[in-house]
Amino acid sequence: MISGRCAACKYLRRRCPSHCIFSPYFPPNDPQRFACVHRIYGASNVGKMLLKLPPHLRAQTADTLYMEAKCRIQDPVYGCVGIISHLHQQIRIAESQLAKTQAEIAVFNSIAREAQVQEIEADSNFFKNLLPEEITAAGLRSYGYGSPSTQTFKFN
Amino acid sequence: MGGNSPCASCKLLRRRCAKDCVFAPYFPPDDPHKFAIVHKVFGASNVSKMLQELPVQQRADAVSSLVYEANARVRDPVYGCVGAISYLQNQVSQLQMQLAVAQAEILCIQMQQGPVMPTQQIDEDNHDKSYFLHDNGLIPKFINFDSSSSTVIPDSFKRESIFRHDMVS
Repeated sequence: MISGRCAACKYLRRRCPSHCIFSPYFPPNDPQRFACVHRIYGASNVGKMLLKLPPHLRAQTADTLYMEAKCRIQDPVYGCVGIISHLHQQIRIAESQLAKTQAEIAVFNSIAREAQVQEIEADSNFFKNLLPEEITAAGLRSYGYGSPSTQTFKFN
Repeated sequence: MGGNSPCASCKLLRRRCAKDCVFAPYFPPDDPHKFAIVHKVFGASNVSKMLQELPVQQRADAVSSLVYEANARVRDPVYGCVGAISYLQNQVSQLQMQLAVAQAEILCIQMQQGPVMPTQQIDEDNHDKSYFLHDNGLIPKFINFDSSSSTVIPDSFKRESIFRHDMVS
């Protein structure tokens, strides 16, 4: 429970009623908060905006009004819009960088696939160029037999 | 400043439109809603003070941004422009994560495939560039974006399109 006047009523130099619309959101220990909001929107407009909303939304509304007012004071020409513009620019740069990086990955992957294909083709050409007896020897060796000249055949 | 016709603000405020009316260049009589919405959110007196504090060449942009903010606040009385900023910040974070994953993947590929691969240098300028948000105090820490709120995010927030298109609904 806030005792004494809220920041708004202190600033406006008036009595702070028990049902003051500002007091829950503009405590006396933060006079600058109300000063910012009043400078940009005016106390009357802020009060109207808060009154139009259900009580559970007023705190967030007061916070966002304060944020926008601060932005406007810091940048009197563009206010929050300057930040939005800056964010859009950041998004454009990031998207461009992401697209470039993903394209690089695609290039790497396609070079790797090509290298694999070339390796397979090289192996295939190696076998094609072998003489028939070399193929046979290679085949026999793969089944655990020695060279054909060392084969001994038994005839019944 | 259209001849003898009062500007939109003087029409709404029902007063004589002086020759040096601060509003006249920016609130023509054929667009009454533009001033109405700015007056509703900021108040004519506050807008007048803000404009008078700025050099003349910056006032048009200031009016455009005020109209934009007023529209955002009317569409979303709770979050206003802050809702849009929060949404965009989330987008930046997601892109940052995707980019980090992609760059890690490139490094893995480069390590696996060795020096045979064409040298693919990650753009050193952009790699170190802090194009993602850093807390420099310029961009406030925003409250969580509540998706259940009635925030309407305009399709484009580009400054050029903001100031070209009529944002008045």
